Amino acid sequence: MCFKAQHLHDMHPGLPTVAAVCVYPSMVKVAKKEVGNSGVKVASVSTAFPSGQAPLEVKLMDTKFAVSEGADEIDMVISRGKFLSGEYNFVFDEIAAIKEACGKARLKVILETGELVTLDNVRKASDIAMYAGADFIKTSTGKIQPAATMQVTYTMLMAIRDFMDATGIQVGMKPAGGISNSKLALHNLVMVNEVLGSDWLTNEWFRFGASSLANDVLMQIRKLETGVYQSSDYFSID
Amino acid sequence: MAKKNSTANKLDWEYAPSLEGTDHIQLKEKYDLYIGGKFVKPSSGKYFATTNPATGEKLADVAYGDESDVDKAVKAARKAYTEVWSKLSGKERGKYIYRIARIMQERARELAVIETLDAGKVIRESRDVDVPLACNHFFYYAGWADKLEYAFPNRKIESLGVAGQIIPWNFPILMAAWKIAPALAAGNTVVLKPAETTPLTALKLAEIFHDAGLPPGVVNIVTGYGDTGAAIVNHADVDKIAFTGSTGVGKIIQKAIAGTNKKATLELGGKSANIIMDDAPIDQAVEGIINGIFFNQGHVCCAGSRLFVQENVADEVIKKLKRRMDTLIVGNPLDKNTDVGAINSKEQLATIQKYIKLGISEGATMHQSRAKIPANGYYCAPTIFTDVAQSSTIVQEEIFGPVLTIQTFRTVDEVIQKANNTPFGLAAGVWSDKGSRVFNLTSKLKAGVVWANTYNKFDPTSPFGGYKESGYGREGGLHGLGAYVKLK
Repeated sequence: MCFKAQHLHDMHPGLPTVAAVCVYPSMVKVAKKEVGNSGVKVASVSTAFPSGQAPLEVKLMDTKFAVSEGADEIDMVISRGKFLSGEYNFVFDEIAAIKEACGKARLKVILETGELVTLDNVRKASDIAMYAGADFIKTSTGKIQPAATMQVTYTMLMAIRDFMDATGIQVGMKPAGGISNSKLALHNLVMVNEVLGSDWLTNEWFRFGASSLANDVLMQIRKLETGVYQSSDYFSID
Repeated sequence: MAKKNSTANKLDWEYAPSLEGTDHIQLKEKYDLYIGGKFVKPSSGKYFATTNPATGEKLADVAYGDESDVDKAVKAARKAYTEVWSKLSGKERGKYIYRIARIMQERARELAVIETLDAGKVIRESRDVDVPLACNHFFYYAGWADKLEYAFPNRKIESLGVAGQIIPWNFPILMAAWKIAPALAAGNTVVLKPAETTPLTALKLAEIFHDAGLPPGVVNIVTGYGDTGAAIVNHADVDKIAFTGSTGVGKIIQKAIAGTNKKATLELGGKSANIIMDDAPIDQAVEGIINGIFFNQGHVCCAGSRLFVQENVADEVIKKLKRRMDTLIVGNPLDKNTDVGAINSKEQLATIQKYIKLGISEGATMHQSRAKIPANGYYCAPTIFTDVAQSSTIVQEEIFGPVLTIQTFRTVDEVIQKANNTPFGLAAGVWSDKGSRVFNLTSKLKAGVVWANTYNKFDPTSPFGGYKESGYGREGGLHGLGAYVKLK
């Protein structure tokens, strides 16, 4: 996977690399060594990903371990059970504690919107995450459906815009899960452009979490060049 | 979609145009009057040009009907009424109206493109709103044709006779549908005059009536200017006048038919209030404000042209509104990306610009969208005015363009008083999360239509019409049917 991240499109020089590879904490060291100084970042899912069903001490240890192994970014999941039972302070404090444990690593907070169900909840969870110190808010773990629907992403983008208005702090957005082809990706990029503007159209502030998207983008580029679609067997599945 | 790299890492986006095709439409170079089931030349031999306001190019020549042409049309309508249409059963009338609706649906794309070319409105609107709604009006009233005794239980129902109908340029095909469909369903025949700047879709409708086999003379279409309309209003053998247009002309019609037996419905101007309470969902309300005033370039009689924002959220609402305005795409109405199209005519553009100048000279603060405006054609940037008062001319008079005035208020009583302090009373919008507050406002606002947490929603089943100088009578729904029958 790390090899592919650096050699995604050797046939097409000049294209930007993928932003990051995302691995479990135990693989951070390996991944870090593999990507070297290629510019590709190593993100680590932590906090008992994907369920988040562990006590705060375990989550903190998980996070600190990943950071100590060299992770540039940490992806945590919020405690949905606590959120849905109205314990917003708990959710806020947990995020703030993990943010502290991250040190210099950027923190992405996964809301797991498929389990929050309503857009009102998505908005509330976005606000809690940002005010607790999230550098990025992210829709989903990818393990739960529905994941990054347009409505959910739109709601989170509006929350980011309002947070920027209120605090002057820029927060990144990552829709993850379900954006598997270039057309959907374009829909999302247009949405970002319309709601937040071009300041967010960089890999520092906007990411897609979708491994299958990369192959579709490659396939579309190849189609633009050759005029025909290639078999999916020409694109590696790792 | 085209994109260009501005910095190494950052993208600046420009949307590539997505133009609706025009090669599938059929337009004649010259259109005659549709009288007695035939296209006939105007007795004067005169024609006038109808142009595309987005480019200024001529689309077709259209017959200029005069008094004698109107007389022929009314005679044809009377003959069709007494000999054919009034004798048909409701069920048979309904079949014709259903057939018209179905053919309109089949030709929806062509009708939408012609409407956009002739009126300057964006294709997204004519395709998704005007034409489907027009079809729905025919479907809806077709359904009533054989059920009139259920529409008005325990009453004896008679049709009126010949209806003279004069429609405006802002929603040409939709207004034709609003007027023709209930008239036919109730058993009347029609003489219709479309506006001089937008006659083409009414003439395409004439072709559709022809193809539907509608008996000759049941609907007659006489194109022309104001004097053509006056000839319809003043014709002795017209039983009913239905007019949609300016309050000024409405008053002239009112005077002209005084002392006659003519029934009338007048749907006139408006200066509708759109009210944002502090508990409203602000982002949705901002979309509602945009829709309320910039939909169809503000050429909407019920446009939410007076915005009232509760003082404690005014800064946030105005900030978000300005930002949203900057993302509006103003330009080629045939581009599916375009949000705001062309102003309908050179004259209307001059009127709007006159009001914008007046607003500035009266001391209001103007803010215009940074949207790029095409160099050719008639366009106006979306505009808002703050620092206005109830006494400002731009708050009192209907501008009929993409120009919004913004005032603040502190209490519900204050906003009710301000919203009702206008000679008009066509529509209003209320934005609040609190049901009791919404119902309190909707019952106290003197307006024919009051929307809650939405704006510019139309449906054939829902009556539409005004209070005070916005006119009288209702169109749409059962009320609209009632305007075309005599009840005994």
